[in-house]
Amino acid sequence: MIMSPSIVKHIFLKELRSFFNSPVAYIVMLVFLVILGWFFTSNLFIANLSSLRTVFEMTPFLLLFFAPAITMRLISEEKKAGTLELLITKPVKESEIILGKFLASWALYFFTLLPTFCYYVTVSLIGRLDIGAVVGGYLGLLFVGAVFLAVSMFGSSITENQVVAFIVSFLIVFGLFMLDKVLFYLPNNVVSTLEYISIDYHFANIERGVIDTRDIVYYVSAVTIALVAGTAVLQRRRWV
Amino acid sequence: MSIQVRNLSKYYGETKAVDDISFEVHSGEILGFLGPNGAGKTTSMRVITCYLPPSAGTVRVEGKDIVADSLEVRRLVGYLPEQNPLYLDMNVSEYLDYAAQLQGVESRMVPRRRREMIDVCGLGEMMHKDIGQLSKGYRQRVGLAAAMIHDPKVLILDEPTSGLDPNQIVEIRTLIHNLGTKKTVVLSTHILPEVQATCSRVIIINRGKIVADSPIGDLHKGLRGNDSVVLEVRVPESETAQTVAAVLRNIPQVESAVLAEEGGSSMKFLVGSSRSYDIRADLFRLCVEKGWIALELRREQTSLEDIFRELTTPS
Repeated sequence: MIMSPSIVKHIFLKELRSFFNSPVAYIVMLVFLVILGWFFTSNLFIANLSSLRTVFEMTPFLLLFFAPAITMRLISEEKKAGTLELLITKPVKESEIILGKFLASWALYFFTLLPTFCYYVTVSLIGRLDIGAVVGGYLGLLFVGAVFLAVSMFGSSITENQVVAFIVSFLIVFGLFMLDKVLFYLPNNVVSTLEYISIDYHFANIERGVIDTRDIVYYVSAVTIALVAGTAVLQRRRWV
Repeated sequence: MSIQVRNLSKYYGETKAVDDISFEVHSGEILGFLGPNGAGKTTSMRVITCYLPPSAGTVRVEGKDIVADSLEVRRLVGYLPEQNPLYLDMNVSEYLDYAAQLQGVESRMVPRRRREMIDVCGLGEMMHKDIGQLSKGYRQRVGLAAAMIHDPKVLILDEPTSGLDPNQIVEIRTLIHNLGTKKTVVLSTHILPEVQATCSRVIIINRGKIVADSPIGDLHKGLRGNDSVVLEVRVPESETAQTVAAVLRNIPQVESAVLAEEGGSSMKFLVGSSRSYDIRADLFRLCVEKGWIALELRREQTSLEDIFRELTTPS
């Protein structure tokens, strides 16, 4: 399964361009930043803490909706319009399609997070910020985003209906997100396993500024599994 | 040998879409793939273009196996799928560049190939327009341009003229015809005149099986049915259709004489004879002898429509 970097690059660039050529990118960025900005500023002075915790806590929550929204179109639209056939009959591998599109959605997410850097500037002007927690927090957000987006790519690949893609992606992502919040109700012997699967558990570590290889391994493997699953769905037509 | 299909079958679950077909296409040939809707044309093309794997049998394109050398085959083939799917939000030159890049055209060659294709397909004025804004005819040209962007040896076109108006159809046909001299072209259609107009050879496929495979010119030969001649005559008023028909049937070679049309002072007959024999001379002599005026005397060729219907309707 060797991928051609140049093909991935061209798919990545095409998708990124089509995000910014359509209202999608602007709507996502605007709505995301408005909601985040509202929560951030309204809490900042009440809490009277010089930290970016609101950004780090709200973003995964917002991503529950935004990740499926960003990716829902990516594969399902190609299936519906028939352009997937066009792509696949070119010397392009399914894995390259999935990876290129995933990277484009991740880049859009990155550009959406970028303006929140001004919160960092603001807060650091009026108080002392823990740099380690900020770097960790942002790194964690990128990882969490990657998992959400990769999983939502899978959701998009299983259907040609964007609404179905959105709902399926949302359910999976929501499940991963809620897992460590319901651990309380579960029997003890499964807790540690489920805790490991839960996305928030790992994020909590990184957000504290602790970058543990276990968490990195978790994120990288979660993304890989989701992308491989998406690739497998595209390859399914070969087996039936 | 450009394309070599051997015992190809394709099942969708229980349904047999393509049933053990074999054929070959030589370089420089324009092959028409003809069949009613649902005959297996699109499925066969999807297998040849590596979109679907064969259930059984092998396909080689320029000597490369579609399963083992899939990527290599996809580099050699230009494909225009049915319904001509396109990215409607891209503009024409962006799209052609994207198609070229994915086909692995060297990056310094991309602008050149794009300009060439825009010239060949007459897209100059549309270059910077979004594909979504183009008319169906122009979209079809964009699809063709993208299929040819990497100068493929083999072009596979699934219903390239469907949904176009007559003028556009002629344009696209001319384009395909000009290409055919340099490339191997396989095009599918259910429109018969299209095959006559563009193809050098035709394969008729029905219910997943090949029912005819021959050069266009030979298609008329070797089919059941008789040759018939249309004869329109003006006869004296004393004669009726029955009497004329009886006289016609008296000619030894005539097997049937049917009144097709009667109007005013003339009547039209469809005169059938055995295939090998040209009956027109006898009919002419008969008219002279009886003093009838022959208004029309022509041999009716079995049309492609008739052949098609004959081959594709269960008897």
